[in-house]
Amino acid sequence: MQKYSVFTLARNAVNFHKNWDRAWRSPEPKPAYDVIIIGAGGHGLATAYYLAKEHNITNVAVLEKGWLGGGNTGRNTTIVRSNYLQDESAAIYQLAHGLYEDLSQELNFNIMFSPRGLLMLCQTEHDLRVMTRNAHANRLFGIESRMITPREIKKMVPILNTSRDVRYPVLGALYQRRGGTARHDAVAWGYARMADYRGIDIIQNCEVTDIHVSRGRVTGVTTTRGRIKAAKVAIVTAGNTTRLTDMAGLRMPIESVALQALVSEPVKPVLNVVIMAHTVHGYMSQSDKGELVIGGGTDAYNNYSQRGSFPALQQTVTALVETFPIIGRLKMLRQWAGIVDMTGDRSPIISTTDIHGLFVNCGWGTGGFKSIPGSGFVFADTIANNRPHDIAAPFSLDRFVEGRLIDESAAAGVAH
Amino acid sequence: MLLIKCPVCGVEGDETEFHYGGEAHIRRPASHDPDNVSDEDQRDYLFIRRNPRGIHFERWKCARGCGKWFNAARDTLTLEFLACYDITEPAPDLKGSHAAEPRTPRRRARS
Repeated sequence: MQKYSVFTLARNAVNFHKNWDRAWRSPEPKPAYDVIIIGAGGHGLATAYYLAKEHNITNVAVLEKGWLGGGNTGRNTTIVRSNYLQDESAAIYQLAHGLYEDLSQELNFNIMFSPRGLLMLCQTEHDLRVMTRNAHANRLFGIESRMITPREIKKMVPILNTSRDVRYPVLGALYQRRGGTARHDAVAWGYARMADYRGIDIIQNCEVTDIHVSRGRVTGVTTTRGRIKAAKVAIVTAGNTTRLTDMAGLRMPIESVALQALVSEPVKPVLNVVIMAHTVHGYMSQSDKGELVIGGGTDAYNNYSQRGSFPALQQTVTALVETFPIIGRLKMLRQWAGIVDMTGDRSPIISTTDIHGLFVNCGWGTGGFKSIPGSGFVFADTIANNRPHDIAAPFSLDRFVEGRLIDESAAAGVAH
Repeated sequence: MLLIKCPVCGVEGDETEFHYGGEAHIRRPASHDPDNVSDEDQRDYLFIRRNPRGIHFERWKCARGCGKWFNAARDTLTLEFLACYDITEPAPDLKGSHAAEPRTPRRRARS
């Protein structure tokens, strides 16, 4: 593999950048693998990478029906944070956050991680109480996170409307200094390049059409490019999870809905933190190109169309215009939607199943991007050892039978 | 944007005038045999959903009209409403749907 550095950059500049190696191969599928990972998004590719790196399992195929990183990994608003309420969630998001901080070096790929600070606005008294509780929980867990006053917020975000005379006045905010953003495509590309370097086959344009189960064991998959045998199959397909688990006869506690995002025309720097406003359903950051990246709440109803509804978009924008009056006259350039898989308690599922060799990693809902490295790390361990990793164990499918829910609807139900 | 027609009062409007109520035809096990509800049955009732890519039978409420709940068959890929029917009626037999099958999974999700 060609190492990316300032020297290779300079050397290739001399040749007008004609001699760069391909970042990953496009191999033909082999007839059999040790592990098949369905879905080459961030979570799938991270799982593949950690399988190779931590467990030395390299006879692995990552199957992708479209192109890698083309699903929700390429559609989110790239926020990274770990200020969750419950210990189980804090553990996995904190693991992911920590891995993100060194990921550019580890993958030799600039993922443009920018820990610029993240504010979660409180715009009602109830918000203030919930977030104060959150701050205490975070501190007990060892996550640096604290409440700040409207005056401090105004200092950080001058474009914020801190007037008391609005429908939802800003009363405070939960501040995570180490929160921020990363470049979403680069995360997928970085993991793909390193996984490929370690010998893992990433097979794009290869849709799984059936999963074979024989006597309670998974035996392989049928794809649009033929049958492939494997003793272990991992489903990491976000909004399409139910379609895959249906093939294996598993029923899941998941509903797929659309989550939208949009970006404005590029403007001069006006916002150097990530702002999330739960009450009014909107969140915003400014990209390096100067575009304001805006996201909102999910659409209400089940949806597989990757098109969001206009009323949901309108609600997001309306709310943000009151909180940030300056953006009222900005033109919006692009709008898109991704299909997210929502669980009943808004926490993910990382689990073995009662089919031997079949694993699922799904239910990340609106918050999958921030957890990519942590999710891949614990899921790879789960697959390699046929038992849940300690951090993954609370997120098993069992919890829905036992009523052992990890309720993150306050932290995760709205905005990411 | 969805355009919906309430089968109860006949009013037509977009999705903001209606309220979504999730999957329809889910039976509450405790209503039939309160003494024999297994944890798995309760899990299925509370959390397990069909979540099809295609025809979905679901509940809607005519929130800004008559206030009544009704059922609808909608394609989750094309977002097209195929039928709206009364809350007490069984699901219509539409091509490509799975509503007629009983809610017993081939294999249950468990780890």
